[in-house]
Amino acid sequence: MIHLTINGSPVQVDEGSTVLEAARLYGIPIPTLCHADGLTPYGACRLCVVEVGTAPKSRLATSCNTRATEGLVVRTNSARVERARRLLLELYVATSPQSKRIQDLASAHGVRECRYEAKHETCIQCGLCVRMCAEQMIAGAIGFAGRGTTRKVARPFDQTSETCRQCGACLYICPTCELRCQAGTADTALCNGCLNFSPPCFNSYDDAMCFLDPCHACELAGPFRADARTKIRATATAR
Amino acid sequence: MPTLETATIDEALEQYDERRANLIPILQDIQAAYSYLPEDLLRRVSRKLHVPLSDVYQVATFYRCFSLKPRGKHVVQVCLGTACHVRGGPRILERVSTETGTVGLGTSPDMEFVVETVRCLGCCGLAPVMRVDRDVYPSLEQSKVKVVLNRYRGGRKRGGGKEPAHG
Amino acid sequence: MAELLHHITDLEELERVATHGRGSLYPDRVKIVVGTATCGRAAGAEDVLEKVREIVETKKLPYIVAETGCIGWCSQEPLLDIWVPGRPRVTYGRVKPKQVADILAALPEAVPKLALAVMTGDDNPLTGKHADYCNGNGHGSKVDGVPSYAELPLFRRQMRIVMRNCGIVDPASLEEYAARGGYHALWKALWTQKPEDVVREVTASGLRGRGGAGFPTGRKWQAVRDAKGSPKYVICNADEGDPGAYMDRGVLEGDPHSVIEGMIIGGYALGAHHGVIYVRDEYPLAVARVLAAIRQATRADLLGDNILGSGFGFDIEVAKGAGAFVCGEETALIASIEGRVGEPHPRPPYPAEKGLWGKPTCINNVETWATVPVIVSRGSEWFSRIGTEKSKGTKVFSLVGNVANTALIEVPMGITLRQVVDEVGGGVPGGRTVKAVQTGGPSGGCIPAENLDLPVDYESLNAAGSIMGSGGMIVMDDHTCMVDIAKYFLGFLEDESCGKCFSCRVGTQRMKEIVTRIAQGRGTEDDLDLLEDVAWMVQETSLCGLGTSAPNPVLSTLRYFRNEYLAHIRDHKCPAKVCKELITYTIDAVVCNGCGACVPLCSGGAITGTKRMLHTLDQAKCTKCGSCLETCKFDAILVN
Repeated sequence: MIHLTINGSPVQVDEGSTVLEAARLYGIPIPTLCHADGLTPYGACRLCVVEVGTAPKSRLATSCNTRATEGLVVRTNSARVERARRLLLELYVATSPQSKRIQDLASAHGVRECRYEAKHETCIQCGLCVRMCAEQMIAGAIGFAGRGTTRKVARPFDQTSETCRQCGACLYICPTCELRCQAGTADTALCNGCLNFSPPCFNSYDDAMCFLDPCHACELAGPFRADARTKIRATATAR
Repeated sequence: MPTLETATIDEALEQYDERRANLIPILQDIQAAYSYLPEDLLRRVSRKLHVPLSDVYQVATFYRCFSLKPRGKHVVQVCLGTACHVRGGPRILERVSTETGTVGLGTSPDMEFVVETVRCLGCCGLAPVMRVDRDVYPSLEQSKVKVVLNRYRGGRKRGGGKEPAHG
Repeated sequence: MAELLHHITDLEELERVATHGRGSLYPDRVKIVVGTATCGRAAGAEDVLEKVREIVETKKLPYIVAETGCIGWCSQEPLLDIWVPGRPRVTYGRVKPKQVADILAALPEAVPKLALAVMTGDDNPLTGKHADYCNGNGHGSKVDGVPSYAELPLFRRQMRIVMRNCGIVDPASLEEYAARGGYHALWKALWTQKPEDVVREVTASGLRGRGGAGFPTGRKWQAVRDAKGSPKYVICNADEGDPGAYMDRGVLEGDPHSVIEGMIIGGYALGAHHGVIYVRDEYPLAVARVLAAIRQATRADLLGDNILGSGFGFDIEVAKGAGAFVCGEETALIASIEGRVGEPHPRPPYPAEKGLWGKPTCINNVETWATVPVIVSRGSEWFSRIGTEKSKGTKVFSLVGNVANTALIEVPMGITLRQVVDEVGGGVPGGRTVKAVQTGGPSGGCIPAENLDLPVDYESLNAAGSIMGSGGMIVMDDHTCMVDIAKYFLGFLEDESCGKCFSCRVGTQRMKEIVTRIAQGRGTEDDLDLLEDVAWMVQETSLCGLGTSAPNPVLSTLRYFRNEYLAHIRDHKCPAKVCKELITYTIDAVVCNGCGACVPLCSGGAITGTKRMLHTLDQAKCTKCGSCLETCKFDAILVN
């Protein structure tokens, strides 16, 4: 067993565990994007960073691929970690504002503004699809190509590989593919940027049926709040 | 234009044993012989080394010295190292781009030139510098670019010649 | 003399080879040496060499013609050295083929008006001995009107330890390397020291990695020694990618055996029997020289199963880079050798524990390896007396940019930047003033003119917001725009980022967007805060050193040159008159005499006019290419 400290509390895990696994075992939440149980950790999204070590030698490290070692001191919600998460998520929203998963994460971590130009990219290069195809489907039909700003997930020579079985696992696992609710026109990159505590969908349509899993903002301020439900029902009957 | 026969490529590949570590040297040999990496050769290498094609493709597209498309005949490398940058390198690049007809970098429409940037040919004392094939042209000025490029047009000059560098 | 090179199995054999080498290094006939390293070749050294050979052959002159590596005065290439027995060595600079005949005709006398400097002897830091070229025969160790190397500011402060043989030996000659004490340190280590002793010496010397980070070499070696796993490997990182830095190239082209010897000693100390030299693909001459040196050393049994009869075996292979700056990072380099893409791995585990093929691996830079034989030979005590308390020894720098003497220099740590720029570099030419000195390449920062009195050592440079880096030292004058420089480095990093981690890939892109906006005059003051936020994020959360140091150029220019950023933002001006969108070219109506020289070069066709009449410049068509300014001999083009 390995003994370490997370947020001041002693914790023990099996040898070979990562800091992320240790935190999850104890119910301590750490946001992730490129992590999926059953796939090898990749460390590309940087969202799971935690502060390891003690000042002045502490540093941020990705918890998904940092081994839990004896005596390690970990803080998952220090000011440094929170700032890093907020800045990262602000950039993620700017990169792919159409992604529900990213918008929910941004809402949950206090991102209140997006100061960058939105790019609407459909891929954040988390590598989940590549790893899914290689490790779970044992096909390896897609991979990364290029480098830096031209890097992308690609089929070799832009032709569907013979090893592709059209299973759709890549689609299933993609976090950017899950789109946010459009609520009229999404003219700002940031979903909850308006801080308007009435659900946007009900402002735009006379009647609506929401099929999405409630997003974070909706949970906080939307139709799932008891008083808001009463208000909406009252408005609907008044028409 | 491929200069090696298919049979010869097999011979060349024979020299290497089937280890993943040989992937990059093999690709470098193919690039040197063909001036690009033909698709069918990459598929052959994937089979020979037992490396998934998507991996071979990833390596072929990651490293700058490889090209998946045939490149222009003469390789023009404009140095954009820091010393060349402060001495006008970017303007030389623009001038080269205009003169060859490339839009920025890449192969010119007439396939005569491929324009690339390189960071540091190591002649910083003589910045700005440009290399065409194996000839290095230091202390360049925009006015000299056209003259230098014309030396190579239409096969008038093959790489490896020597010109005195000082005017 | 191939027979002599076979089976150097003991010290006696090595001495015999060394004696032979001395005969070719300091021959009894006139020797004409041309510097044919890459700098020399770029300047035309091959033509000079051809001319020398032609004259010597046709006139049947009894002279030896040889080649050498970097003599050390890059801005004066092509360089030609004349060695006349008993006389000082004379260096000629900026040699043109047509001058060769005059130089040879004057022999044994020198041609003072073409000569640059004379050297009366050389020091060999490996052996501690001094060679007197004039043999004390009183022939006269001076040439009228020609300064000696020892007098010249460029060389006076230098201490050539890593570059000890460059410019003196023929890099293709194992005998000459041996004549300068080469492979004697290897013999000493193999036969008189235990591996732990070697590690102890290197640790005690205080040597720090010369690749950039300055990690204590001894500590790294100890970690590799202690690590469990076999076989162990030794790697030489010659993927020198910093633009403007070519120190490693100078060593590999001028003295490849010094690196080989260092690596064999390292292998012995660490229990590794296999070494890899990873050289960038863009250095074909360095690759060729290293391969030739390895072949020679193998034929001489200095590489192989039983080196110098000690029973220790070691071999070296060369791996070529394929055009990726990120492969200078240790874990990316290893991935590249393994045939994968150069994407760095998180550390820990460090390569010392899990490196090449998952085994303990010691990666060191070219300069570090080249220093090892000297430490073994002279001892850690001698070495630790050079430099400062925490930064021992010397460092090779490529001093380039807006400086009079662009050269590869080697100076003891602790010298100030001002001394380097003003004395060694000879100051900024063209009557301009120094604005900043950039060190550490794209991972480093700019030190402004007011701070140039800081000593060159790891700690001082870090505290000033830069890093030592691999040794690129770029002098920038007052015609350099620091916003443009930040933009330049960000562009480089954006190109070279491997792209795996979000912070670096997207962070450098966004930083470049913001700085470009500012450079174009479209920035706001909020952009400066945004820039600092992104910079912080990239520094704190990136996967590898490329990412974590990517913000350095931006942060250091913001720290010292904030006013310049503000001028772009508030006044929409570029004080250094560099940023295209913020400058305009006009023709001075008073001075222009209508010669028309600028017209054919104008890339936008903006300049028109009749001969001998004042020409006009149409701003709408002007592309700001600057070729008119370059061409006009009458200073009639103004930049505002």
